[in-house]
Amino acid sequence: MASAFEYAPAPESRAVVDIAPSYGLFIDGEFTEAADGKVFKTVSPSSEEVLSEVARAGAADVDRAVKAARKAFEKWSALPGSERAKYLFRIARIIQERSRELAVLETLDNGKPIKETRDADLPLVAAHFFYYAGWADKLDHAGYGANPRPLGVAGQVIPWNFPLLMLAWKIAPALATGNTVVLKPAETTPLSALFFADICRQAGLPKGVVNILTGYGDAGEALVTHPDVNKVAFTGSTAVGKAIARSVAGTDKKVTLELGGKGANIVFDDAPIDQAVEGIVTGIFFNQGQVCCAGSRLLVQESVRDEVLDALKRRLSTLRLGDPLDKNTDIGAINSAEQLARITALVETGEAEGAERWSAPCELPSSGYWFAPTLFTNVTQAHTVARDEIFGPVLSVLTFRTPDEAVAKANNSQYGLSAGIWTEKGSRILAVANKLRAGVVWANTFNKFDPTSPFGGYKESGYGREGGRHGLEAYLDVR
Amino acid sequence: MPTTAPAFSDATASDSALRRFLSGLPGVDAVGLEARAASLGTRSIKTTAKAYAIDLAISMIDLTTLEGADTPGKVRALAAKAVHPDPTDRTTPRTAAVCVYPDMAATAAAALAGSGVKVASVATAFPAGRAALDVKLADVRDAVAAGADEIDMVIDRGAFLSGRFLKVYEEILAVKAECGAARLKVIFETGELSTYDNIRRASWIGMLAGADFIKTSTGKVATNATPANTLLMLEAVRDFRAATGVQIGVKPAGGIRTTKDAVKFLVLVNETAGEDWLDPHWFRFGASSLLNDLLMQRQKLSTGRYSGPDYVTVD
Repeated sequence: MASAFEYAPAPESRAVVDIAPSYGLFIDGEFTEAADGKVFKTVSPSSEEVLSEVARAGAADVDRAVKAARKAFEKWSALPGSERAKYLFRIARIIQERSRELAVLETLDNGKPIKETRDADLPLVAAHFFYYAGWADKLDHAGYGANPRPLGVAGQVIPWNFPLLMLAWKIAPALATGNTVVLKPAETTPLSALFFADICRQAGLPKGVVNILTGYGDAGEALVTHPDVNKVAFTGSTAVGKAIARSVAGTDKKVTLELGGKGANIVFDDAPIDQAVEGIVTGIFFNQGQVCCAGSRLLVQESVRDEVLDALKRRLSTLRLGDPLDKNTDIGAINSAEQLARITALVETGEAEGAERWSAPCELPSSGYWFAPTLFTNVTQAHTVARDEIFGPVLSVLTFRTPDEAVAKANNSQYGLSAGIWTEKGSRILAVANKLRAGVVWANTFNKFDPTSPFGGYKESGYGREGGRHGLEAYLDVR
Repeated sequence: MPTTAPAFSDATASDSALRRFLSGLPGVDAVGLEARAASLGTRSIKTTAKAYAIDLAISMIDLTTLEGADTPGKVRALAAKAVHPDPTDRTTPRTAAVCVYPDMAATAAAALAGSGVKVASVATAFPAGRAALDVKLADVRDAVAAGADEIDMVIDRGAFLSGRFLKVYEEILAVKAECGAARLKVIFETGELSTYDNIRRASWIGMLAGADFIKTSTGKVATNATPANTLLMLEAVRDFRAATGVQIGVKPAGGIRTTKDAVKFLVLVNETAGEDWLDPHWFRFGASSLLNDLLMQRQKLSTGRYSGPDYVTVD
């Protein structure tokens, strides 16, 4: 009898996805080259293999795409809501039908485990389209007055951590409300957006309603500053968000920003410890911690600190890091070399400032970008790792003595996107949740998403809400 | 008489002390527990891992017949199957034990003599446990005298649910004292305890009272072993060993019928309590129909084909 239960590798087949050697920009229903012919490569973070070459959009391409969207807006916005709903439902169904293919593609391009793309991302992507399809013919009843009007052309810039899900968050409400879209995916994860372009064609979506521009920050900047864009939606870093806010200030563009976070996950001494440990793991190690609403600050009551930390370390030792396409993998690759360098630098800062580092004992693959699940103890509010968003699998552990102190520490951050509360006492959940300055407060769970629930931040985590009925407001003329 | 693990001797000093101790245990969040159990159920176990898991699962089975219609012939047939589960393949491991009613323990012991397969006997007025303590203890003595190596007792759920935790505890202590060399498995009937908090508390009562195994259920009620309640009990034995150094076994029973189910339970063991428990001495399946499915899967792995139910024995 073998001494240990070694699971056999169970990689998902790559054969379900057919990646072309090159892709163009998707403008006015057609794939075209960039005006200046520029291209860039996208690599798989887990192997550094080049997956494809995609066109790199410049200002001229942005202009072409915005013009196409403007032209399409006339007819699209004039359609009855029930007609727009048909397209959205069709897109949702196609996403479901092609979900295995899209899950594998996303895992290849992003590096996150197939378990997450298959079981979390793709079902949520489809759910968002279904949800907003349902709103398209009910906008009169959304609470924004009778016959609310669309804004026009939406310029949308999305990040690399949930490429297809962020696309869905942006495109589904925009189309449901009658806007047309120019969307720029992140340069490290362009592929699923291009596959989505193909889905739009498959669904027979009128030309120009959705345009996809792959490219770098310059393309994003050209998009948000384009004079004929009526609405800017951005998810990404706080630094870029501030630049966008400055660039659109004084214009009549409507803006929503969903930026960084440093979520506090508060564990009280009467918490269900085993489930809290699972929630801490989900909070910070889901998607390798590359989640803006990650619970990256653990605030644990001093009386149960050792117990929670022991359980957490034991649990982290069982996390399985490796090939993201393997169904048994819990932790995948970091999205890019740049991101890995950023995480590494912040962790070094943490060590230099005297916080105590512990990393899970796991072997890192020789190629690709990897970072072992890590936690810092002896962290105080004064440490960099307690303040700056690391956007990686790094947890900072702080302690508190009273509920008031927990609230004070949780709120003592420039961010305010998410928070978690772990206690068996219902009244405490309500009392603490009311005092937390965060857009989402989870109770005895973490990182749970639903299209019906609004999502957005306080303070430097941005403004505006996505998801739910509130998400419609960002794409409607309610002034 | 065995006593409580020294680390927790205060906990059982009185009914109120025990109640305070039990309510001080961390609560269980049902949603989170079930989500964790479900996520471990998605581990993909194939080829070598599956072959290992199948043989391990076979070796962990308490092959069970607990029917009013049990006869010596039925028990002897079951014993023969426990020793050689697959007559076409003598490399198949034997099961851990044969589990019978006390009056069949002698028959099982005789049939299994020298085989290495243990005789397990349910006792203490199984499955209801509704009898006077004297009667229960006599039941245990009877089974041990007849050659049972292991005693599966049921707790008094009535006492537990009415809050008389010390009574439950003392009854287990008394039964343990009657077991002698036999190992004691304590059955909580988790379906009747109803809440996960109760299951965790019952687990601790059992462990404090010197159980060698904690076991989910009798197989006689609607809800028996589930991944979630077994995960919870695995957490309990893991925490107990961390606190006392004493290792205690876990036995899910009832409702585990397929290889797929059994493998999921082994994943729970591996990733919750750890590989120290991946051993028939520390983990058992209380099952009867599970064995044939394991055998068919085992044949499929060695031949590449499904053989069908006529290629395994019906005993």
